[in-house]
Amino acid sequence: MSLFKSLRVRASQGTQYIADVRTPRPAGFRGRPVISTEPCADGCSACRDVCPTRAIQLEPLRLDLGRCILCEACVDACPAGKIALTPDPRMATAERQHLIVREGGDELAVRASVAFSRIFGRSLKMRQVSAGGCNGCELELNALGNVNFDLQRYGIEWVASPRHADALVLSGPLTSHMRQAVQLAWDAMPDPRFVVAFGACAISGGLYDGAAGVDRSFLDGVAPALYVPGCPPHPLTFVHAILDLLGVA
Amino acid sequence: MSLVHRIAVDAIPSLEVRAWRDELLASRAAGARAITLYGKRHADTVTITAVLQAAGGSLEVSRTTVTVAHGYHELTSAWPALHCFERELHEQTGVRIAGHPWLKPIRFEGQRQAAMDDYPFYKIEGKEVHEVAVGPIHAGVIEPGSFRFMCAGEQVHHLEIHLGYQHRGVEALLLEGDPRHHASLVETIAGDTSVAHTWAYSAALESLAGCTIELPIEVARTVALELERIAMHLASLAGMAGDIGFLQGASTYGRLRTTAINTLMRLCGSRFGRTAVRPGGNGMQLPADLLPEIQASLDLLRTDLALIDERFLTSRTVQHRLRDTGVLSTAQALELGLVGMAARASGVHLDLRALATGAFAALPIEISTQSTGDCFARAQIRIAEIEASLGWLWTTVGQHPAWQRTRAPLPALAPSQLVIAMIEGWRGEVVHCLETGAAGELVHYKVQDPSLRNWMGLAIAVRGNEISDFPICNKSFDLSYCGHDL
Repeated sequence: MSLFKSLRVRASQGTQYIADVRTPRPAGFRGRPVISTEPCADGCSACRDVCPTRAIQLEPLRLDLGRCILCEACVDACPAGKIALTPDPRMATAERQHLIVREGGDELAVRASVAFSRIFGRSLKMRQVSAGGCNGCELELNALGNVNFDLQRYGIEWVASPRHADALVLSGPLTSHMRQAVQLAWDAMPDPRFVVAFGACAISGGLYDGAAGVDRSFLDGVAPALYVPGCPPHPLTFVHAILDLLGVA
Repeated sequence: MSLVHRIAVDAIPSLEVRAWRDELLASRAAGARAITLYGKRHADTVTITAVLQAAGGSLEVSRTTVTVAHGYHELTSAWPALHCFERELHEQTGVRIAGHPWLKPIRFEGQRQAAMDDYPFYKIEGKEVHEVAVGPIHAGVIEPGSFRFMCAGEQVHHLEIHLGYQHRGVEALLLEGDPRHHASLVETIAGDTSVAHTWAYSAALESLAGCTIELPIEVARTVALELERIAMHLASLAGMAGDIGFLQGASTYGRLRTTAINTLMRLCGSRFGRTAVRPGGNGMQLPADLLPEIQASLDLLRTDLALIDERFLTSRTVQHRLRDTGVLSTAQALELGLVGMAARASGVHLDLRALATGAFAALPIEISTQSTGDCFARAQIRIAEIEASLGWLWTTVGQHPAWQRTRAPLPALAPSQLVIAMIEGWRGEVVHCLETGAAGELVHYKVQDPSLRNWMGLAIAVRGNEISDFPICNKSFDLSYCGHDL
């Protein structure tokens, strides 16, 4: 009997993996912002004033995806309709300064690294450490291994011990209480190794930039090799980023 | 569906400390339960606020003011459910709480930050006794927390839970700037409970601003709240299935969770309900042409969940691993003041949705309880609640087939008021207490995630179990670290 029940469940499950992870633009997703070249009204600072993470600078209008939580407050506030959020999940970059979205700007992109491709292109083991993450980022990172995204197909997997890890994926704004644990995890990782900053909090402190319990000094000594924006980032944002960095698919 | 209680600060009964203490204990004897207890320090004195829910359901607030040095005699021994509140009160204000059995800091905030690693855990001595320390970094992709097991052989004699690693300083941030502009921050207090927290925050502000919320907004918020409940219950079920090696459960519940969160994203733009609720309005929209897609998703969830639920609940491996594991009796749950889903799994009838207000007035939702209080009961509760929520959603979107986003800026907040707003999130009641000063400015903000009260339930449930059963026990409660640590 239980075999039949199992088979019925299996039949209901169908085939769920996304065959080509490069094409989906998730319906309804608030993703990569675009800023039109429409001129701002004189003296208008509506978008900057409503931004909860101070992600916007004016003259010319720029949006820092390292701070942006894609809440759309600026889109609603702008009388000229200059800012729009698209369902495009491709937002990550390998350089912090490339996260700045400009008027009529080009698409953001991670450039493949020959060195990363040679070392990690066929096998990448990642250790995740949450340091003040709200469980949004953690759930989306867990989702990378589910039946839809199935990141293991590229040889990219989570490992339990930092000893086995090539990449340290950080989420959260980095709390004072996790300062030592993050350092210990990093110190335990063998070379070659790199850091991924996952989510607005990890990239810039996000909503918690300057909060009493936050200590970001770990990042003073280690620059991330990959910045994955969002709050939390969509799993596809990470998938694009890591495959681009490793020069896979 | 929020439970909101607003009272002018002047009208709060302020009692001499002994009378206050006696009255709290008398209310408890009369069947009241504790909602929260917290303090605010002014120079050398601390004003302590207690909020109880009387047996009839109404909220009662009382206050006392004591000096920091003199303090008051502890209540925890007589009323164990207050332990976390008194510990937090002592940590946040420094007030002396005489005779308290265990004033361990809740999250080592403020000046105590440096002492977190020096904290002396409970020690048990004996030939067969050994300790196992786990964390703060765990083996999976999960938030940090530290667990110290004191074991006799393979059995856990006692578990001491050591939290605070996620402490960011939320309550302090909430007092900065315009209180009406903190929705995004509130959404990350516990990022898996964004809808419930933001609703509690919004309901409190709306009460202070004298703003009435129309039924369509209530309906849309409740749809978001129930989708959040379904999604997170599915995440927990997938996690429990994974922890016992029942991989079909892990992959199927995981797949169906994707359907639930993507449905929420179709309605508000975020898989986690970010921007779904805003003070004075909401960010949920259901255009008429989207309705068939939403109905199809709900239908798929109902059909496919029926299959996997049947398989899960009757599977021998599931029963063998979850039944009689991590038992928390009704008496223990009541004594510890457990709330929400974990309390209901232990036979405690406690769910704010039973008040049948707001969108539940026209269409009540079925509330489930279980009696066994084990990991299996906590799985059964989730399965029953998902089914009830899906049925409710199905009927509701049929009756309200289209809604718009609404953003209405709130007027200024009323001065010198205390408001307590509660929402039944997926883990349990989320409580936000806001107090305004003479100019309508915010002078105090107390955030309470249900996890604050329920972590002790896990510590007690795991006693007498094998240490290898801890991951299942932990997942069956699925409590928030960041919501606790703030």
